[in-house]
Order: sequence, then structure tokens, then C-alpha cells
Amino acid sequence: MKLLLAIPILLPLVTALLMLPFRERPVVQRGLGLGASVVQAVAAMLLLIRVHEEGILVLQASGWAAPFGITLAADLLSAVMVAAAALIGLTTSIYSLGSIDREREHFFYHPLMQLLLVGINGAFLTGDLFNLYVWFEVMLISSFVLLVLGGTPRQLEGTVKYVTINLLSSAIFLSAVGILYGVAGTLNMADLSAKLPAIEQRELLPVVAVLLLVTFGVKAAIFPLFFWLPASYHTPPVAVSAIFAGLLTKVGVYAIMRVFTTVFTGPESEHVFRILMVIAPLTMVVGVLGAAAQYDLRKLLSFHIVSQIGYMVFAIAIQSPLAIAGGLFYIVHNIVAKTSLFYISGIIREKSGVFQLKKIGGLYSSEPFLAALFLVSALALAGIPPLSGFWAKLMVIRAGLDAGHYLVTGAALLVSLLTLFSMIKIWNEAFWKDDPGILPAPVERLDGRRMAMMYLPVVMLCTVILFFGLSFEPVYDLSARAAGQLLDAGSYRNAVMQGGRL
Amino acid sequence: MTLLLALITGLFYGAGIYLILRRSLVKIIFGLMLLSHAANMLIFSTGRLTKGAPPFVPDGATAPLGSFADPLPQALILTAIVIGFGLQAFSLVLFRRSFEELGTDDVDAMRTTDRIEGGDA
Repeated sequence: MKLLLAIPILLPLVTALLMLPFRERPVVQRGLGLGASVVQAVAAMLLLIRVHEEGILVLQASGWAAPFGITLAADLLSAVMVAAAALIGLTTSIYSLGSIDREREHFFYHPLMQLLLVGINGAFLTGDLFNLYVWFEVMLISSFVLLVLGGTPRQLEGTVKYVTINLLSSAIFLSAVGILYGVAGTLNMADLSAKLPAIEQRELLPVVAVLLLVTFGVKAAIFPLFFWLPASYHTPPVAVSAIFAGLLTKVGVYAIMRVFTTVFTGPESEHVFRILMVIAPLTMVVGVLGAAAQYDLRKLLSFHIVSQIGYMVFAIAIQSPLAIAGGLFYIVHNIVAKTSLFYISGIIREKSGVFQLKKIGGLYSSEPFLAALFLVSALALAGIPPLSGFWAKLMVIRAGLDAGHYLVTGAALLVSLLTLFSMIKIWNEAFWKDDPGILPAPVERLDGRRMAMMYLPVVMLCTVILFFGLSFEPVYDLSARAAGQLLDAGSYRNAVMQGGRL
Repeated sequence: MTLLLALITGLFYGAGIYLILRRSLVKIIFGLMLLSHAANMLIFSTGRLTKGAPPFVPDGATAPLGSFADPLPQALILTAIVIGFGLQAFSLVLFRRSFEELGTDDVDAMRTTDRIEGGDA
């Protein structure tokens, strides 16, 4: 059953194609989307279990042996990321049922969401650098259209910025891939990993490494390449913002992790990690300070995405097994908590009519359940025990202290405090203070069924946060094993080069 | 020949970067196009320019004999051209629509989503 590896890519692709004829019948599209997301979640869990039990799983398309064919490979890191993507895909497809308007559904919202997942899963599972480029593009074109779908002036403006920076980063990626092929003669990640140490003409390798870092850095929104993110993520409907916030930047972080531990293993990686060690605290601090100035709920959360990316980059830069395990868990925790917060921002908007914190208030008394869900997600993001964020931060900070990076660790702790400050700001403004009464009560109230569709995903994600927090040990074991596997590039090489025929 | 190609590639990169630094959306999209072509030509030249040696396998052999031109970069470029074409076509439509909706193609005027008060209503 190696085909299990292809399912996360094929299933959403086939679903998207099946949806296309049903443009006039949104009910069919919704049903297909929801069904496919459930199956996807099951398949992703099966994949994770299999990789956990049997080690790295490899599929060579049509039986062409590596490095000549198209390689799909899943180690624990990939499998965990695919599982997280499936969870967010599922919750977003439920959330969309409650929040996406008819007009957008008419213009292929649901198929685009599936195609976005095709690209994301492809990027997580591919074992080839050029294919990674292709999957990035699949992901990008879907995200472009999702971002601009609806065509309001604000969306158009945000999309112009997002498209321009991403096309630029694609050109840089392509250049890097070209140079790397010229130097090494292969683009299969496992093959590169085996060949790069022996290459004599090494002058170009640092160039390639830095070009790749810039490309992935743009995707991941690290300092100073993040300005497109808070300029665009707050413009589309909340369901789109949420899946972008949860998954897209993390694809960039995943690519950094994969390329600089599996593909580059020598001095080039060390060089990149030294750069990342400087970038990490800057990303954290700049992001959180940007957030502190904002009063628009989604812009505030967007800046927090940037800030949190800093922690993941810090973990990657430390490179000890504990740090990588912490970084991986941090990614998963952040995907869950951040998406949940964006969903909540949508519910707040639905209840009060705006995202502007200054104009709203009194939600604690009118929506106590929403307040509780917000507290769980927000405190998890800030890192308060016993929620998931506490363990994630604990691992990263412990690893930072062990490795002697006291200054950056100090910055991480400070930023943690500022994150708590911003979350409390949202709490005070939206939930705690009295309704300032600037706005008339929303005229149209959503019916109960649609509201339930918006609450259900948040409840699911908050359950995951609580589960991670309260039964941390199995999660820790899994992260530690994934980190061990990732740092042992030899096992990945062997698995890809020798295994994988159908 | 390689030198010529290198010079042209460099020119494309230079012109592309110059154009994306301009303020007009039209110039930016031209710049992005030039950059993606520059990347394609870079891949082409890193595959080495080998003249008159097609990578054909003669009868009875399992690999091409002697030196042969590497066909892979061309396959990569072909893929990249198709992807680039799609993305650029999309961007053109997007930029045109933004010009119509926002009434300007000056990127310096597109600042509402960056401003603190520029959030959603």
C-alpha cells in the first residue's frame, strides 16, 4: 500500500475535478468537499501511523528508480505536516459552510480550496527539489485566486502585493535550482544529499543555499521578507485567511527544515544556520511589536504569524535534536492555535459586524462560550501551561539554553510576554470592556445552523490544543523520533535510493 | 556562445530587477517576466551548451555513447515556461482589474492595506 503516499495529493485533485461540473449546485460541491476532507483526514492519520511503525515510506512514480523518476517520500516530519494540513483542511471546509457566500461558491471557491491542499501536500511529500518548485506553484496559483476571489478593492490591492513578491521568489527559486543542477547534476533530494559533500567546485554552493533561504524565507515570512503578509492576509474572507495563516507560511518553514538538514549537510548549512540565528530574534521582535500597534483583529493576528515564525526559525537554527523536535511541535501547535484564532476573529466579526477592536466590546457577557474558546487559543499561543504552546516554547527555550544562545533565548522569552500582552489586549477590547455602542446591532443574524458550522471547527481545534497540552508525552515522543529521523540524513538517502518500487 | 548567453542572461536579470523597482504595475509585470526568462536561460546554460550531440541511444546500447547534450535542463525549462506563462497571464488580468478598481497603477498609491487604519470596516 505505498499508494497511501499519493492519496493526500490525488484525493483533493480528483475532488476538485469532480466539483467543476457542479457550478450551479453548491450543495454538491459542499458535500464533495466535506466528504473528501474527512477521507483525507483518515488517510493522513493512516499515513502517519504507517510511517511511525515502518519508517520512511517512499514511492517512485511508475517504478522509475531514484534519482531518475518522480519521488514521493514521507518521513515522520512530512507525515506530521500532512496530518496537520488534513486537520486544517477539514476544519476549514466545515467553517466555509457557515461563512462563505453564494457568490464565491459560484466562482469555484470549493475546488480552489482542494487545489490549494494539493499543492501543500505535494510540497510536504515530494523528494525532489524541482518538484518542490512545481508544488509551490500549484499552491501559489490557488492561493492567488482564493485571495482575490470576490474582487473588492482591498483584496485586489493585497493580492497585487502577494502576487508580486511570490513571482519574484519563484524566479529566485528557479535560478537556485538551475545553478544547483549545473553544479551537482541532480535535483533529487536524497541524491543531492549524497553527492553534495563530494563536489569539488564548491564556490557556488553557498550562493545556492542563500538563494534558497531567500525563497523559503519569503514563503515563511521571516525578517526582513515578511511585509507582504500583514498587507494581504487580512483582506480575503476569514476562512481563506485562516487556512493561509495556518498552513502557507509553515510550508516555507518546512522547506527550510527539509533542505538545510536533508539536502545540505555540510558547511553551507552551518552558514545558513548562523544567518537564521540572527534572523530569528529579529523576526520575533519585529512581528510582535507590529502586532502591538494594531487594532484591527486580523492584522494583529497576521503580525503574530510573523512573530511565531521566529521561534520555529530559532529552533531550526539551534539544530540539536531537542530543538528540532521542539520546532516541529511548535509548527503543529502554531498551525492549530493560529487557525483557531482566525476562525474566532470571523465569529467576532459575525457577532459584532467589524474587526476593529475599538468599536466592539461586551462579548464576554453576550458570548461566554466564545470567550472561553478564545482564551484557550490565545493562552496557547502565548504559551501558558497546561496548553500546547507552553510545551512548544519550553522545548525550544530549553534547547536554546542548552546550546548557549542566551541572548536569543532571552529575546524569545520577552517576545512571549509581549504576545501575552497582545492577546490580553484583544481580550480587554473585544470581550471584557462594555460595548461602546458605536455600532448598531447587526441587522442580519446568521441562522443557528450556519453559526454552528463556524463554532464546530473552533471547538475541534481547541480540543486538539487541550489534548496536546494535557497528554504531552506521546506528542513529545513522536516529535523526538521525527527529529531523530530528520537529523539522520543517511536513513532518508538509503530509503529513497533503494526503496520505493511499486 | 556560452559567453554570449551569460551576457544576455545577466542583461535580463538586470533589466528585470530595474523594472520591478519602478512604480508602475505594467513595468513590474514586464520585470517579473524578464526575471523568469532570465532564470530559464540560466538553467539552460548551467546544463552546458553541447552542440550537435543529441542524447540518442544507439541500437544495442543502453546509454548514449560519447558526449551528449543533457536533455534534462530543457525539460525543466519547458515546465518552468508553462508555469510562468500561467502565472503571468493571471497577473496581467489581476493588474488590469486592480487598475480598474483602484484607479491607479502607481504602487506608491497602494497603501491602504498597509496602514494601521486600513483594516476592514
